[in-house]
Amino acid sequence: MSFISYLINGLSLGSVYAIIALGYTMVYGIAKMLNFAHGDVIMIGAYVAFIGMSQAGVSPVIAVAAAIIVCTLLGIVIERVAYKPLRNASSSLAVLITAIGVSYLLQNTALLVFGANTQTFPSVVSWGGITLADGAMNISGVTIVTIVVCLVIMAVLITFVQKSKPGQAMRAVSEDKGAAQLMGINVNATIALTFAIGSALAAVAGVLLCSAYPSLTPYTGAMPGIKAFVAAVFGGIGSIPGAFIGGLLLGVIEILGRAYTMSQLADALVFAVLIIVLLVKPTGLLGKKIQEKV
Amino acid sequence: MSEMQKKMSRNTKSNLITYGMVAAAFLIMQSLISMDRISYLVEGLMVPVCVYVIMAVSLNLVVGVLGELSLGHAGFMCVGAFTSAFFSKCMSDVITVAPLRFFLALLIGIASAAVFGLLIGIPVLRLKGDYLAIVTLAFGEIIKNLVNVLFIGKDSDGFHFSTEGAMSLNLKDDGMVILSGPQGITGTPRDSSFFVGFILIMVALFIVTNLINSRDGRAIMSIRDNRIAAESVGINVTKYKLMAFTISAAMAGAAGVLYSHNLSTLIATTNNFGYNQSIMILVFVVLGGIGNIRGSVIAAVVLTLLPEMLRGLSNYRMLIYAIVLIVMMLFNWAPKAIEWRERHFSFLKKKKEAVR
Repeated sequence: MSFISYLINGLSLGSVYAIIALGYTMVYGIAKMLNFAHGDVIMIGAYVAFIGMSQAGVSPVIAVAAAIIVCTLLGIVIERVAYKPLRNASSSLAVLITAIGVSYLLQNTALLVFGANTQTFPSVVSWGGITLADGAMNISGVTIVTIVVCLVIMAVLITFVQKSKPGQAMRAVSEDKGAAQLMGINVNATIALTFAIGSALAAVAGVLLCSAYPSLTPYTGAMPGIKAFVAAVFGGIGSIPGAFIGGLLLGVIEILGRAYTMSQLADALVFAVLIIVLLVKPTGLLGKKIQEKV
Repeated sequence: MSEMQKKMSRNTKSNLITYGMVAAAFLIMQSLISMDRISYLVEGLMVPVCVYVIMAVSLNLVVGVLGELSLGHAGFMCVGAFTSAFFSKCMSDVITVAPLRFFLALLIGIASAAVFGLLIGIPVLRLKGDYLAIVTLAFGEIIKNLVNVLFIGKDSDGFHFSTEGAMSLNLKDDGMVILSGPQGITGTPRDSSFFVGFILIMVALFIVTNLINSRDGRAIMSIRDNRIAAESVGINVTKYKLMAFTISAAMAGAAGVLYSHNLSTLIATTNNFGYNQSIMILVFVVLGGIGNIRGSVIAAVVLTLLPEMLRGLSNYRMLIYAIVLIVMMLFNWAPKAIEWRERHFSFLKKKKEAVR
C-alpha cells in the first residue's frame, strides 16, 4: 500500500517538475538558451500568491490569477531587457551568464522585499482529498489537483502548439528563425509569447509546489528549477511531451529514492539516472537527433 | 618565417605581462598586509581569491580552449579538497613538517581530482553542448551528495567506512572520526597561505599558457574550432578532449587543496561545491573573456573582491552585483553595444592597429 502512495506522491511532485520543465523546454526550443532564471520566476509567483492570500486576504483563485499575471509580465520584461539584445551575440554563453545574473537579481530582490525568513505557504487547495481502502491510504487534495492541473496544461499546450496559428508560428521559429521571418512570422512577438507562456506556467508550478511543500524563501525556486531543467534534458530538451515524461519520471524516482534508499542520496540518484539515460540516448528520451553537416 | 617568429614573440610577451601582473599584484598586496594597511576581512580574502583565480584559469581551459561547457567544475574542487584534507588530518601527527605535509596533500588532491576528471570525462565527452553541460552539473552534484553521506573513521585496526552515522563506525577508544558526513572534516591543519596561493597561480598560468602555445594545445583548439575538420586531418579527438578535461580537473583539485587547508572546518554545501559555485566560476570565465587567460584572472579577482568592496551597502550589495553582471554582459556581448562602442571609441582601435 505504501508503495502506491509513494508512487502517487512521486507523480504529484513529477507533475510540478513537468510544468516547470515545459517552460524550460519551450524557451530552449525557440531561443536555444538555458533560462537559468526560470526557477526564480517560480519563487516570485509563489510569493505573489502568498502575499495575495495571507496579507491581502483575497481568495486563492484571485491570488493564483495575480501570480500568473505578474509572472507573465515578468517573463516578457526579462526577455525584452536582458535576453533580446544578446540574441545574435557571438557566443551562446553570453546569454547563459546574463540569465544567471537575472537569477541573482530576482533572488536578491525577493530577499530585500520579502525578507529572508521562511514563510509558511497556505495551501490553495482546501479540499481534504480522498481516503481509500478503509482509511489505509489517504491521497491529499493538493496531490490530486496537481496531477490534474498538469494533465490539463499538457493537453492544452500540445493542442495549442499543434493546431493554433501562434503555436505553429512557435514551431516554425524554433525550426528556422530566418525562414520563419521570410514567411511573415513576427519572430520577436513569437519569442516573447513563448517566454510569457513559460513564465505563466512557472507561476502555476510555484503555487502548486508551495502548496505541497509549504516553506517559502527567496531560494525556494533554485533547486526545483535545476531539477526541472534535468527533467527537460531527460526527456529531450525542446520536446514538449519529453518534458512531461521527464518530469513525471524524475518526480517518481526522487520520491521512491527518498523512501527506499537514504534520503540524502535521493538527489544523487536523480542525477545518476540522468547520466545513464544520456549515455544511452545522448539527446534524451524523446530528443531529436541532430544531424551534423560537414 | 618572420611572421611566425613575430607571432611567437607576441605570445611570449603577452604571457610575460600576465605573469608580471600577478606577481606585481601579489607584491603590492603582501607589502600592504605587512604594513597593516589592509582590513582583516580583505586579508582573509586573499587565499579565496587565489582559489578562484586557479579555478577560473582551469575552467577557461575547458570552456575557452576546448570549447565545451562544464557546469560541474566545483565537483573536482570538492574531490581535491576532501582527499587532501583527509590526508592532512590523518597525517597531522605523523608528518609534522607543515610544508612537506602540504606538498604531499597537494599531490594527492591533484592526483585524485585528475582521476575523477578522467573517469568522468570518458563518458561525458561523448555528449555535445548543453547535454554535456547538464551531465557535468549532475556529476558535480553527485560528488557533493556522496561526500555528505560518507563517514570515515580511523583506529588501530585501520579505516572504517559507513553511510549510517559516526556511531556505526564502531571505532575503538583510540579511534577518531575523520570525515563525518554532513559535518565534514574538522581540524584540517591550516597550511595554506597567500604565498602558497600565489605560487600555485603562477604554476597554473605557466601550465595553461604553455599548453595553449604547444602542439597539443593547437590540436585542442582545432577541435574547438571544427571537430570534423580536426578529425579528418588525423587529430585524435577523444585523446585531446580528455587531456584538456583531465588537466583542468587536476588544476581544480589543486584549488580545492588550497581551499580546504585554509579552513579548519570543511563541509560540502551548495554554495562551496555545488552548482552555484560552478556557475560562479563560469561567470568569471565568460566575463573575463572566453579563452582569455589574463581576463579570467582579472575577472576572478575583481568579482571576488566586489561583494567585499560593496559591504557598506549591506543588503543591497548582491543586488548591485547582479545588476553589474547583467549590464557588463550586455555591454560586452550585445551586437548593438559592440557596434556603439566601435562607433564612439573607434580611435582606440585604430591606434592599436597602427601599432601592429
